[in-house]
Amino acid sequence: MRPLRLVWIYPDLLSTYGDRGNLLVLERRARLRGMPVEWAEVHANRPVPRDGDIYLMGGGEDLPQTLATRRLQADGGLHAAASRGAVVFAVCAGYQMLGMEFGGADDTQVQGLGLLDIRSGRGERRAVGEIVADVDPALNVPQLTGFENHQGVTRLGPGARPLARTSLGTGNGDGTEGAYAGRVLGTYLHGPALVRNPGLADLLLSWAAGPLPPLPPQAEDLAQRLRDERLAAVSTAR
Amino acid sequence: MRARLATTVGGAAATVSRLAGKGDGSVIGGIIGLRLEPSLLSLLAADRHVVLVTGTNGKTTTTRLITAALAPLGQGIASNIYGANMEAGLTSALSRAPDATLAVLETDEKYIPAMVKATNPKVVVLLNLSRDQMDRAAEIWLLARRWREALASAPDCRVVANADDPLVAWAASGARQVTWVAAGQRWREDSWCCPNCGSHLRRDADDWACGECGGRRPPVSWMLYGDQVIDPSGQATPLDLALPGRANASNAVIALAVAEAFGVHMPQALRELRAVTSVAGRYTQVSRRGFDIRSLLAKNPAGWLEALDVLAPPPAAVLLSVNAQGPDGRDTSWLWDVDYRRLRGRNVLVGGERKLDLALRLEADEVPFRLVNDIDEAIDAARALGSPSLEVLANYTAFQQYRAVLGRTE
Repeated sequence: MRPLRLVWIYPDLLSTYGDRGNLLVLERRARLRGMPVEWAEVHANRPVPRDGDIYLMGGGEDLPQTLATRRLQADGGLHAAASRGAVVFAVCAGYQMLGMEFGGADDTQVQGLGLLDIRSGRGERRAVGEIVADVDPALNVPQLTGFENHQGVTRLGPGARPLARTSLGTGNGDGTEGAYAGRVLGTYLHGPALVRNPGLADLLLSWAAGPLPPLPPQAEDLAQRLRDERLAAVSTAR
Repeated sequence: MRARLATTVGGAAATVSRLAGKGDGSVIGGIIGLRLEPSLLSLLAADRHVVLVTGTNGKTTTTRLITAALAPLGQGIASNIYGANMEAGLTSALSRAPDATLAVLETDEKYIPAMVKATNPKVVVLLNLSRDQMDRAAEIWLLARRWREALASAPDCRVVANADDPLVAWAASGARQVTWVAAGQRWREDSWCCPNCGSHLRRDADDWACGECGGRRPPVSWMLYGDQVIDPSGQATPLDLALPGRANASNAVIALAVAEAFGVHMPQALRELRAVTSVAGRYTQVSRRGFDIRSLLAKNPAGWLEALDVLAPPPAAVLLSVNAQGPDGRDTSWLWDVDYRRLRGRNVLVGGERKLDLALRLEADEVPFRLVNDIDEAIDAARALGSPSLEVLANYTAFQQYRAVLGRTE
């Protein structure tokens, strides 16, 4: 069996907070199903491989976000992979980068990668805290639970669908959270977003590898307990 | 007169706070004093030689070490030894020591620009800069820029800076007088790119250089070399500290460089540093129910990386404990930036209010563990696993909770 290839884009520029978690969760859930996995951490001075199955992009500060965008545009590897149907999963700054434009340092607008029909700008105040959102029923993924820490406001164009609707937190800023189109998906849940959302991890894996067998319940136990704990904690706080 | 009234009232509040058992009184006096006289800090700092100590990690320990290293001067030294490091904490530390001619003040990273302006420091110490509690702190490239601007507009101030940390070096290089120290950098995930132009840095051991803009590690006058210090004359001397770990050796070399700026020579200062065994409850060995326990505090990925290095070897058990209260940062994402694989094969216990977050992280690194609810459960579990002692590694409020149970020992 050809190994599943995970590509983590620019951890030197885009890995502000625990973004490695998404790589580790995807790797673990694939291996538990007997799928061999290879992964590459691609620094910004290296070419982006074109033959990956799932590409991951993390969060970053304003200046690194702009630098990473310019480099990816010049490199072309991510665009080549996305155009042949590879999965792209991006959080926070990475999510904004996927769009047509985003707010950069010193209130300038920066041209994005154009892989997702969204436009982002800078909001009035920073959204910091727990976020809960109900996923588009078409995706068959349980409620999202995570942490957001951003000042972005994102509007979706006709070419993208909202990933979820927020019941707690800010997300895109208009009651929706994240966006997807085809196999490109982004979210404001920052850092290790897949840790508390194994259903979202499995969606990405299934896009790359087809239908997945379920995991044994004991392999899911801790993640389920953490989900329950966090969802209960915010429901009492509300 | 207003300064004296404000400090007297503030001092009384601190005494009441201590007597009432509500903390060590290190902040409340400063808050009340500042309300009465907003420029109190500037008034209190005038006519004193002030050292400000900042960085993501090692502030409290380095402040303690500098205070020790300056002892041979025989002058009174004001210091916020319990880590109250914002304006009120600095104010309180100065008002409690009205006759001290020197002040060594740990300062929160965000407050450096304001505190440089308020205290007109003789020396500013920049230790390191890495990701930390970003739900409440500024982003670090932004912080470095603010440091740089503040230091560039303080011409009388000497900066003692870690040349091995590119963000720190960039921030310090705006200052007129810099003592560069090769203090090492264990955590590199926040400095792959040039802080000046964003290009990828070439890194070779501790050396770094930018291929684009020409930025490079400045030539140093002090160096941590293994467990020895190399002073500006080029002589190597074993540090022989009582405090454990590479990070503390690094803090000690910085303290020696600061001491020299005050005219305390290295051998004299080093003798004082060797006598420091514990800092605000950290590294202290205590006994509970006949079980030896040592507590380490670390608050962010770089801190945990260094702390994992200094854990006593097996068969000592390890208790990892994490909370996510306000002072810890409410976001536990940072747990995923730490590599726990070196704990494989050890007796590992997991506690704290966010133990499930940590448990899931260890599961991903294939480190077996047991969940415990408090220090006594941890002792029982460690005993049952055959460990003779316990190493506790906790973040801020988790550490304070254990410290309250284990006794406030210094």
